[in-house]
Amino acid sequence: MKQLILKEVDDLVIDSLGIVCFISFFVGGVVAIQTALNLTNPLIPKYLIGFATRQSVILEFAPTFVSIIMAGKMGSFITSSIGTMRVTEQIDALEVMGVNSLNYLVFPKIIALLLYPFVIGIAMFLGNLGGWMATVYGGFASSNEFITGLQEDFIPFHITYAFIKTVVFAFILATIPSFHGYYMKGGALEVGKASTVSFVWTSVVIILMNYILTQMLLSK
Amino acid sequence: MIEVKDLEKTFGSQKVLKGITTRFEAGQTSLVIGQSGSGKTVFLKSLLGIHTPEKGTISFDGRIYSNMSKDEKQNLRTEIGMVFQGSALFDSMTVEENVGFPLKMFSNKTPKEIKERVDFVIERVNLIDAHHKMPSEISGGMQKRVAIARAIVNNPKYLFCDEPNSGLDPKTAIVIDNLIQEITKEYNITTVINTHDMNSVMEIGEKIIFLKNGLLEWEGTNKEIFKTDNEAVTDFVYSSELFKKVRRMYIEEDMEEKK
Repeated sequence: MKQLILKEVDDLVIDSLGIVCFISFFVGGVVAIQTALNLTNPLIPKYLIGFATRQSVILEFAPTFVSIIMAGKMGSFITSSIGTMRVTEQIDALEVMGVNSLNYLVFPKIIALLLYPFVIGIAMFLGNLGGWMATVYGGFASSNEFITGLQEDFIPFHITYAFIKTVVFAFILATIPSFHGYYMKGGALEVGKASTVSFVWTSVVIILMNYILTQMLLSK
Repeated sequence: MIEVKDLEKTFGSQKVLKGITTRFEAGQTSLVIGQSGSGKTVFLKSLLGIHTPEKGTISFDGRIYSNMSKDEKQNLRTEIGMVFQGSALFDSMTVEENVGFPLKMFSNKTPKEIKERVDFVIERVNLIDAHHKMPSEISGGMQKRVAIARAIVNNPKYLFCDEPNSGLDPKTAIVIDNLIQEITKEYNITTVINTHDMNSVMEIGEKIIFLKNGLLEWEGTNKEIFKTDNEAVTDFVYSSELFKKVRRMYIEEDMEEKK
């Protein structure tokens, strides 16, 4: 089981780092540029660029937007790999050998995705770094102004809120695609269809849970 | 020995198996034949415990499956080897890992003992230099050999094969048939093969059961199938001109011998 978990960590978490880093860095940069371009009133301080970037990245972009991207990347990988095992009778082979196939295939994925918050932590850091670089090197504000904005009105609970969401999304990312792969019927074409359906449902559930958790954790 | 008594299985309103009674002996290759939709796969899956029949019993050397506890069923599974139609090798594992998988999961053997056993069965099925290859890197015939090696690695008492020759060229199909028969004799395994391949029927069918619409229409040996008058069997087995000729020749030879 230890080996299976490590393999899933490699397939699901480590293999996702590249795309997460790339997207986080540039989306953070775009958020900063968009904010800067919309600050046309000279009375509004420039440090708001850093503030808006931090709030966007930590509250929504890193946990939610990255999770939806991961629903496509990890989710379709999980659905297609389990679905292919179903189509090619590999799951039947496990059952005939006396292996609890559901436990064997899904449990390591759930455990591996306990590391998902680390991915989101990296996304948070790189999003803000991208924002800082776009702001400073784009000439929209000074480094000091951006960093002041990052520190301005910081509420530590927002980090807790973001990680609570991340843990819930990790569970959704492991289970919904597994369900669609495990219980699929048909052939190769249906594996493709199951991956698409799994992506749609995973995204829908993530967005609904995002709404419910935000309402529960942030509204007074 | 596997004994099946009055086996019935229904899906919704459709009765797929209608009271099958038969017996498969140890050290013998038994073949289940019949047209598509005759209930062959459901019958095999019922023997494997994947489907639960509504009526009837299946006993493995006197142990009735439906009366077994969960632990006893689990133990029985370690005595069963299965060769799937598409081989069902685990894509993410090498040949060696595939073959060693049942031992790793269910035996108390040390890694060294597992390695020795895996090497032995890989050699037994005549696979050379394939230990570290992935299933996608080997041919269909080699995949079937790996599947057979994985099925026998745990020294099973019962071996089930679902269409072991499908997708193979005639020469490789014969090699696989002979390998299954050799292993059956060598380890005194009760082997049940689901097949459409008439070459297999003629070559290794020590016992053949013919299913039609969920009923056991005929049973006998590969010698008896040449002489049977059962119309359903002759229609199915001798549907091609080639097999009709083979049958005529066999009957003529048999008559000459009797003279």
